[in-house]
Order: sequence, then C-alpha cells, then structure tokens
Amino acid sequence: MSAITVFVPKDSAARSVGADRVAIAIAHEATKYGIDLTLVRNGSRGALWLEPLVEVATDRGRTAYGPVRVEDVPSLFSADFHLGGKHPLSLGLTDEITWLARQDRVTFARVGIVDPLSLADYEAHGGLAGLRRALSMAREEIISEVIDSGLRGRGGAGFPAGIKWRTVLQTTGDHKYICCNADEGDSGTFADRMLIEGDPFTLLEGMTIAAIAVGAVEGVIYVRSEYPDAIETLRQAIDIAREQGWLGKSVLGSLHVFDIRIRVGAGSYVCGEETAMLESIEGKRGVVRSKPPLPAICGLFGQPTVINNVLTLASVPAILAGGAVAYQARGVGRSTGTQVFQLAGNIARGGIVETRFGVTLDTLINDFGAGALTRRPVRAVQIGGPLGAYFSTSLFDLSMDYESLLAAGGMLGHGGVVVFDESVDMAVQAKFAMEFCALESCGKCTPCRLGSTRGAETIEKIINGLDLEGNKKLLLDLCEVMTDGSLCAMGGLTPLPVRSAMLHFAEDFGSRTGAAR
Amino acid sequence: MSLVPWSKEAALRILATMCDEPGPILICLQALQAEFGYIPEDAVAFVADACNVSRADVHGVLTYYHDLRTSVPPQSSIRICVAEACQAVGSRELVTAAEGAFGTTLGAPNDLVEIESAYCFGNCALGPAAMVDHQLIGRASLEKLLAAVQGDEDK
Repeated sequence: MSAITVFVPKDSAARSVGADRVAIAIAHEATKYGIDLTLVRNGSRGALWLEPLVEVATDRGRTAYGPVRVEDVPSLFSADFHLGGKHPLSLGLTDEITWLARQDRVTFARVGIVDPLSLADYEAHGGLAGLRRALSMAREEIISEVIDSGLRGRGGAGFPAGIKWRTVLQTTGDHKYICCNADEGDSGTFADRMLIEGDPFTLLEGMTIAAIAVGAVEGVIYVRSEYPDAIETLRQAIDIAREQGWLGKSVLGSLHVFDIRIRVGAGSYVCGEETAMLESIEGKRGVVRSKPPLPAICGLFGQPTVINNVLTLASVPAILAGGAVAYQARGVGRSTGTQVFQLAGNIARGGIVETRFGVTLDTLINDFGAGALTRRPVRAVQIGGPLGAYFSTSLFDLSMDYESLLAAGGMLGHGGVVVFDESVDMAVQAKFAMEFCALESCGKCTPCRLGSTRGAETIEKIINGLDLEGNKKLLLDLCEVMTDGSLCAMGGLTPLPVRSAMLHFAEDFGSRTGAAR
Repeated sequence: MSLVPWSKEAALRILATMCDEPGPILICLQALQAEFGYIPEDAVAFVADACNVSRADVHGVLTYYHDLRTSVPPQSSIRICVAEACQAVGSRELVTAAEGAFGTTLGAPNDLVEIESAYCFGNCALGPAAMVDHQLIGRASLEKLLAAVQGDEDK
C-alpha cells in the first residue's frame, strides 16, 4: 500500500453528481505526475451537499475537499492536495466540519470512513465486536440487552425491537427467519441505502445477532430495485462474509447456522409494508395480509419471523458492543438512542444527520440544513415520508421524537424530512398524497383502494373552487373512513398528509379567485 | 445493457435454474426480464409450468408490479422521480420539459425513448433525481438528461 490514500465516495448519491468521473480524473492525474496513491471508494459521509467530497489521509487526520468537479482535479494536484495542501475547495479536517462534528454517529459511525467491502477495515473500526459478545451470551440475555437499550423499530412504527424478538424466540418453528426490510420507498429517505452502500457488514452483523438471539437459520434482505448499487454491494458483502466463515454452517466457528440471501423488489411501494413484503418474498402479488397472526408468530412461509428495518438491525451491533446503558443514555423519554434524520427536498445542505432524539425541527432545517436551496423562505415540511404529516414553520420548535410528533398529529416514520419553499401549493400536495395511494394501493381493502381515488377527485374539486365547504367536509369524512377502515398504513395514514395540509395551510384550500396561488 | 432476443429455449434454460427456489414466481419473471428486457405473454405458460402454479398466479404477479413489462423496451429509458422531495425542487417541471424535448409523453414510449415517472431513487437531498438507463443523475436538468441519453457523461 502506498503512503498516500485518497477517498472518493462510491455512494450512489455521490456518483449521481460525478464521483466516478472525479475518481478517474484523480487516478489519471496521479499517473501523469508519477504520484503513487491508493484510491479508496468509501461510502458517503452524508454531507450530500458537499459531494463529491474527496478526502486525503494526513498525519492530522483526514482532510476534505468539496464539492469537487472533474475540472477541479488538476488544480487540486497543483495545490498538492494529496499531501493535504490548501485549495479553494479545502474544508479542513473532515472531523472538524461543523455539520459533521455536531452529530452523534452511532448507527452511521463507520459510514464514509471505512472501505465498505473491506472486512479488515470493518474489524479495525469495531466491527464484529457485538457479534462476538452475543456469541458468548444466552439467547434471553441478548434479547434483554436489546430491550434494555430501548431500541424501537426505525422503519416507522417504532415498535420495541427486543419485544418482537422475544415473541419469535418463544414461538416454536423449525426454520425461523430474520427478514430485513430494505424497501425504503418513502420519498425523502435514503439512510437505508447509504448504510448498505457505505457499511454493509453492519447490517449483516445485526441480522446475525438477531438470528442467534431467536434461533433463526435464514435471513432475507428485501431490497428495492431502485437501489442497484446497494444490491450489488450487499451481494459482494454476503459473499465475503461467507468466505470468511461468518455466514454459513458455523457462524464464526460456533454451532450457529445462519445464511442470508437477497430478494429484489419490483417497484411496488406497498411492499414496504411488512406483510406485503412477505408476500413479495414468497414470489406473490404484494398484497397486505390481515393481522393477526403477527409475522413474529406466522411470518415468511408460515414460520416465526423477525422483520426489522435496515437501521434497526444496523443499530444492534453497536448496542451489543457498547452495552444497552450507553445507547439508552441518548435520546429523550421513550425515544432512546439516536435517530438518523434525512434532510431532503428543497434544502441547501441536505444529507444524513444522526443525532440524539429531541433535536428540534428548527435545528435540523435551519442550523444543519441552512434553509431552502432556492434561498426562498421555507413554508412546509413533510416528516416521515408520503404518509407523514405536513408542518408549517410555526411548529419549528417541535422536539423530534416519537411521542412529540405523535402528539403534534404527525409521525416520525423513517426519519425523512422533506422541505418545501414558499412556492408550494399544499392543496396540490394533498391531492398527490391521495393519487400516490391510488397508484400504490394493493387493492385488498376498500377504503384504501376506492377512497384514495375519490379523495383525489374531491381535492381536485376543492382546487377548482367547487362547493368548497361541502367538499372539505366530505374530504374529512373520507379521511376518517380511510384512517379507521384500512387494513394497513397505506390507506390508514394517507389521510395524515391530507388532513395536516388542510389544518396548517387552510388558505390553500380556500377560494382561489383573485389570490396569487 | 445488451439484451438477448426472446426465445423459448433460452427462457426455459433460465427457468430451470431457479424454479426450485422457494416462492419462485417473481424471481423467475425478474430473471426473464433481466435477460430479454421484457416478458412476452407467451412466457406466462412457461413460468406456470416451471413453477408448478396456475397461469392465473403468474399473470397476477406479472400485472401487479410496476417494474415488470410485457412490451419490448425502447432504446433508452428515462425515469424521473416525481415523489415529494423531488417535487420540492421542480421535478414536475422537469417532466414537462423532457416530454417536450423528446417528443413523447409519460408512459407513451416512441422508438427511441420512454419517459416514466418514478417514486424515489433515494437521492432526495440532490433532487430532482432521474435514472437514464442504469445511470442515476442528481440535480437533474434537461441538459443532463439529453447528455445521458446521448451517452455523453461529461455533462
């Protein structure tokens, strides 16, 4: 290995703004000047507004440059960036970039730092410590540790992970499964993708710990087809884990048998709902199942099944390695640990912000996000994906945790925060929520299948100014039927963005004659 | 990506490698589409036979998922994310501009290109996001889409 190491992210967001071309240009210039350097394609640090973010390892730590375009590369070499030289794009030491330094990275601790497919790098940064400890513990002890940590499902529902695991442990089954839900379909969320692309072994380790805890023999990761890079990274990571004797007939030399395979989605949003996901893994139409029975008792192919989101499972190794107490000490109330927020949409400084629960919306959007990308005033924020509520700036002091958001009529969901500037028309957004539900409904229950289409039609009438009061009353009534009568969150939560838009942005649902909007 | 012309023999060879997997219908269809670019109606019967399920089961899966297609794909596919985060940075306007520039409308492909709406590529902080063939484009603009379709990646 050469003395000089340069990092250029391989994360697909970084690639989407030219990271591959920058990497090629750096390699090319280095050859031209006869500079021997090792190019590492790391994950992204999560400061997506700085991508492509190029880093160089120096004696003082890694120093960063960004956003780097291909045409900047020759001047970077002229400035001896490979030795840490100053350049107009210099950002100083990566660890001292305020945006990153203010975060509390636990689940994302290694993302952007390690070479995603180097198991040696993974172990050098604390990887496998959680699994090794789990192998020395009794099953019930592992589950107690997860329960004590307070870890709740990061996919959206917020159900305590350890309780779910205990149910699977206590249910008899000859072929229990660990299913990882990587069908991250919510607009405004990308943390699952970034974790998989940047630190895939953490997810595999979390799944293996879960398997040991509940006695599962097989794991399935359901990844959406829109994430081709994540799928490829996972395939390679699984192959490496098998070769290294971590997955397979004997987990790290123990008596535990566990292997993981990947199933790729096919463009259906509702397959992110856990029972629709099971149907899809079984190769069928992604139609939601009725509950009960819970998947923990009768899940994939009728077997007891743990279903957790990527971030939930990826938080487990850190909990086992560092202990429940350290994790639990973060956060507020029943929202313990950290949350990986994703700043998205019309935002100047978007990306991954992992921090303790209890941070305010204002801190996220104005301090981290630096307001709207368009430099116009922020008007609305949607939290928790297409089924999450819209909030106005008057609620910016809201504490970001499960309970506070619920009390404010919203939900945390998967932690996505989508920002809109003043040009947004909230009636159009409400109509979109219904249209999206109509498009993606699995069709099993009537409130969702028909209600969504009728809802979109009714909002269209409101936009056109037809019988405003009558149609608004009708829409609220329809929202109530969908909330109470739908089988799953698709139809049940679609009213959340609609109602919150009507509540916080009533002016957009009024008479439009003469008004600008 | 180079696609193979549809042939029954090639399809049966693919199906033979995966029909014994648990819950095989969807992965069989996905494998056929990966090879041929689409799944012709004829394939329904072959998949049903290989997986030992009814044609109705296969038809049900084939028509459920947005990704699966039953017609030959055009040379280039442009998928523009029109979900909320990309809406907030102008993806609706980008769709309109692309429709005008490529002389086609959403979901109505011509021989050269097809423009489709997509719902999230996980690139929500660098929107609007688009995928041209298999290349993800951040901060997408009409210029970037045109360059990607023409295979000129330096734009």
